[in-house]
Amino acid sequence: MLKELCNAGGVSGNEKEIRDIIINAIKPYCDSIKIDKLGNIIALKKGNKKSGTIMIAAHMDEVGFMIKSIEESGSLKFAPAGGIDPRVMIGKRLLVGKDKIPGILAYKPIHVQRDDYKNIPKVSDLNIDIGAKDKKDAEKYASAGDYAIFDTEFEKTGNLLKGKAFDDRFGCYALIELLKKKHDSSIYAVFTVQEEVGLRGASAAAYGIMPDYALIFEGTSAAEFPEKKDLADFPKMGEGVVITISDRSMFSDRWLLESAQNVAKKNKVKFQFKQPMIGGTDAGVIHTTGKGCRSLVFAVPCRYIHSPVGYADMRDLKSMIKLGELMIKEINKGAHK
Amino acid sequence: MKNNIKALTEIIAPSSYEMPVADYLEKQLKGKGLKISRDVMGNLIARRPGKGRKIMLAAHMDEIGFMVKHIDKNGFLRFTVVGGIYPHNIVNTRVKFVSGIEGVIGIEEKDYKYKDILPVSKMFIDIGAADKKAAEKIISIGDLAAVKDDFSDMGSRIASKALDDRIGCYMLLELAKKKIKGNNDIYYVFTVQEEVGVRGAKTSAFSIDPDLAIAVDVTSTGDTPECELMDVHIGKGPTIKVKDNGLIVKRKVLDYMTNIANKNKIPYQLEILEHGATDAYAIHMTKSGVLTGVVSIPTRYIHSCSELIDLDDVKNGIKLIEKIVEDDIKKKGF
Repeated sequence: MLKELCNAGGVSGNEKEIRDIIINAIKPYCDSIKIDKLGNIIALKKGNKKSGTIMIAAHMDEVGFMIKSIEESGSLKFAPAGGIDPRVMIGKRLLVGKDKIPGILAYKPIHVQRDDYKNIPKVSDLNIDIGAKDKKDAEKYASAGDYAIFDTEFEKTGNLLKGKAFDDRFGCYALIELLKKKHDSSIYAVFTVQEEVGLRGASAAAYGIMPDYALIFEGTSAAEFPEKKDLADFPKMGEGVVITISDRSMFSDRWLLESAQNVAKKNKVKFQFKQPMIGGTDAGVIHTTGKGCRSLVFAVPCRYIHSPVGYADMRDLKSMIKLGELMIKEINKGAHK
Repeated sequence: MKNNIKALTEIIAPSSYEMPVADYLEKQLKGKGLKISRDVMGNLIARRPGKGRKIMLAAHMDEIGFMVKHIDKNGFLRFTVVGGIYPHNIVNTRVKFVSGIEGVIGIEEKDYKYKDILPVSKMFIDIGAADKKAAEKIISIGDLAAVKDDFSDMGSRIASKALDDRIGCYMLLELAKKKIKGNNDIYYVFTVQEEVGVRGAKTSAFSIDPDLAIAVDVTSTGDTPECELMDVHIGKGPTIKVKDNGLIVKRKVLDYMTNIANKNKIPYQLEILEHGATDAYAIHMTKSGVLTGVVSIPTRYIHSCSELIDLDDVKNGIKLIEKIVEDDIKKKGF
């Protein structure tokens, strides 16, 4: 399942492929499944207890590319969808359009550069090459508005996971696993669209649901490159689920934050904290929806996110699912009054 | 007046930790015939019910501050900022955590040439801990702090930390305690997380859905040596906002507010603020839109530990808002 989720295409605005996979996977476990006008999946799993409206959310979309135009030469001009460092784009294999035509994010070889390779090229100077001989030839395979994804096959070696789109297919996977479990309370599981381009799906989905509580499941950056200085504690792979205290888009609810730590300690779920005030997630718009809702973000630490290939640890993903399940129980207990 | 303002500004309450301010205000608001509530975000809402139009007055309780992100092996704390901190304002200032722990902001001296402005990533908080172990006993990642500084009484003028926007809280507090004429349904809203993106105003405005809203905040001035051009001076009256980066005040609201001020001979200045926004930014786009204005107190040295205002502006600001909330705004088309 995880492999299928990560290999699927779903650049912001083009989430159909991943959405169909998810709907198939959750069908047996939900009481109702709706696709809203923006393309979010809103699945309801009913429980017998009333404990306020609980929303769990993960975004379906991944960072990728959109074809803007085709040059006379047959190479494709593109725009990135979501934040991708141009330095990790160059030379990578892509799959272009609905038919997943192979292509390369091309750059001129070192032989024909002078000192050019010392500079970071602008995205506008880069092209996607699908091997077409001219514009007419290229038009048979691609057109403006087509999307492209990184061509990366998911791999699993022991607990080590390698692949693309861990941000946020891990969250999608966690939601699917949580839907399989029995809960006392009703749960809205929301698979959102267009998170990477501005939390757009979550905004509409949360407004439709008006949750009292929201748990958001994410992939987050693990920075374990050789660290020179004693300056920061970035989450580390294998050290457990990441709990967000704050990021640029929100402060996690105090009660949820404390409960999550207590519950994790009690149940021996490994956890660590995200570096405060960095990044943002769907929680940013969810927690200020309507009259406001108590929100908390969990994430799996991933090395090299928003690049063609990332690393992560299966145990962290399992910890995230476990803590998610425990927190749904905790909210249900209504410990907060 | 000064005692109340002093006490309010001395509270350490960076964004997301506004509870101490809310507690302080709630104590004074009790027993005054107000319906008091707090929402999930932490906004404190004091309502003076009436059968007339709904008016929302908003002032934010939070102040800018710091959040710990790392404790190094020698017990120094690396931190990130909460809200718009200017790095040059904080070198070697003292800070206080919400837990009461105090510290000093130090800077990597080797890179600091005393005329350059270094980013906060080159700074650290020294809480006097011997090493990491000692620091970890009293501090953890995510702990919040704000600058610690005292209150200066200069007569009509005062200087303090966090006048942005405890002065607004003070004005709303004074108004909320008063018996207001007329029958408007008035909501005194003390908001959270303004400094990080007007988040509390967004949810409180949604639940109130007012017919008229007025945010009360501070604004910059153009009255210090060689400063940027701005036709606002401290002591010349509160400002009625025309525009900032988050709001263009509707002509109807602007004309109404200036008419009230003129009619009651309350001095005021028109404000065009080129940097920044207030809670009004979120409020005016709530639901199907809310007619929203802003009354600001001209403030020098905003977002420093020494914000400076004139109390005459505060008194006139209170008077102006009072005249608005006791007016029959339904008759004026709201």
